[in-house]
Amino acid sequence: MKFNREKGVERLLLLVALSAIASLALIAVFILKEGVPFMLKVGPGNFLLSSDWQPDAGKFGIYPMIVASLWVTLGAMLIGAPLGVAGAIFLNEFVPRSVMRIIKPTIELLAGIPSVVFGFIGVVVLAPLIRSHLGGPGLSVLAGSVVLGIMVLPTVISISTDAISAVPNTYREGALALGATRWQAVHMVVLKAARSGIVASIILAMGRAVGETMAVIMVAGNAVKVPHSALDSVRTLTANIALEMGYATGMHRQALFATGVVLLVVIMILNSIATAAVRRRIGGKGNTKK
Amino acid sequence: MKSYWKIVTGVVLCALAAAGTGCGRKRATITCAGSTAFQPFAEKLAEELMAKRNDIAITVQGGGSAVGVQSALSGAAQIGMADLVNLPPEAKALTSVVVARDGIAMVVHPSNPVGNLTTEQVRGIFNGAIRNWKDIGGKDAPITVVSREAGSGTRTSFEQIVTGIHLTKDAVVQDSNGTIRETVANDANAVGYLTHGVINEKVKAVTVDGKDCTMEAIMAGAYKLVRPVFFLTKGAPDGVAKDFIVHVLSAEGQAIIKKNGLIPAK
Repeated sequence: MKFNREKGVERLLLLVALSAIASLALIAVFILKEGVPFMLKVGPGNFLLSSDWQPDAGKFGIYPMIVASLWVTLGAMLIGAPLGVAGAIFLNEFVPRSVMRIIKPTIELLAGIPSVVFGFIGVVVLAPLIRSHLGGPGLSVLAGSVVLGIMVLPTVISISTDAISAVPNTYREGALALGATRWQAVHMVVLKAARSGIVASIILAMGRAVGETMAVIMVAGNAVKVPHSALDSVRTLTANIALEMGYATGMHRQALFATGVVLLVVIMILNSIATAAVRRRIGGKGNTKK
Repeated sequence: MKSYWKIVTGVVLCALAAAGTGCGRKRATITCAGSTAFQPFAEKLAEELMAKRNDIAITVQGGGSAVGVQSALSGAAQIGMADLVNLPPEAKALTSVVVARDGIAMVVHPSNPVGNLTTEQVRGIFNGAIRNWKDIGGKDAPITVVSREAGSGTRTSFEQIVTGIHLTKDAVVQDSNGTIRETVANDANAVGYLTHGVINEKVKAVTVDGKDCTMEAIMAGAYKLVRPVFFLTKGAPDGVAKDFIVHVLSAEGQAIIKKNGLIPAK
């Protein structure tokens, strides 16, 4: 009797776990089913490398959106990664534990702010600043990068902090005993040891930046063109889907699903790299124990 | 992430609960879907009719004009709402009735000295041929063109009336009348178009070919950028759908439309 109940609960939990995977698989299958035939019909070259996006005229080139997504994400990383990693180092190495216990949850709270709020602040505060001081329409790659850079901070900081605090204290003590200053110990020993975790945090943050939609729609301006400077208005892959999905029918709709396929592939690659980086860290730890 | 799923679960449960109670009352239910510009009006009119008669239920959904046409064709909605100058060919199979009209206003920043645009100038600006305000009597500053996304009823109508527009690639694209207004209000060099019901003091509506975008000018047929709002039904409307259309077209219904900023059908 007891044995049966044990089995039953086990089966039930297995079912729950599988349902999560099944929904992911269904999403992937659905997007691929809608998107891939379209890509084959239009030709992957025409779809991925043409800069003409005129759904009404049957022209579906998403090259400008791919470039836009890459630039905005790169910009976000240029802002978010140094700030986030520096913040994590500061929190771990230079601040008493009691202070960290207050600051870290506060930063994590940042992750709970809805992206519309970030977007709204971007539109009302950031875009006019950029327009009046640097020129251009204000809604631009730069505005998108800054907003996304701030939005990814919690991801970078919390994962980097975990990675840095996982470095054994003996490493720091060893470095200090050899006459290294506090900073030398941090950047020559601790950062080296925590490197893969920090890399993983940045890659996960990139995944978040690529996938972010609402805030980017609001601050990037959504013009379909390959940007020439950071002040140009651009449309990212996610913005393209969200803007036009409500109206799209037929080929246009399939084109948006195909845009989703491209996005899915990009994010899967980024996540796989992040997972691989984290694995290597755990593997490394195992080796040092031996 | 966790809290996100909680919200999703909550919404799903609420939706199920709402669906459950809705079934219990056995009301004759119809769905009205399409144009987001007319959606608030349809909701208001539907509420009124439902307050008078407790044997019916009207669900109003948005989705856009294209969705209005598609859902009327597929039967997903008994009434499709579309605000387009020219209905797409597939809508030929549907019965259409004009329930209101809507003016599309050209708006600029209040500080912009330009007070009038000709159709020719509008075409030039949105094609990217006219790129500086000084070319059309303004100050020496680059024009920020603000447009709606492809497929939007407002954009489709705008392009159909002005004709010959191939939107410049530099155009900033916003996805609603409200965000167009905010973008223009925040940019001294911007020009955009939006439904005239949402104009406020933060933006300046310019005259087009010398005509003001006011209710009087539109009703007199003087203002050019006007589009009809269609109700589309599969075959002749019957039952609740017919009652609702009659209500919308009644003097009372048309008065509500007029009071809230749209132009009556007749």
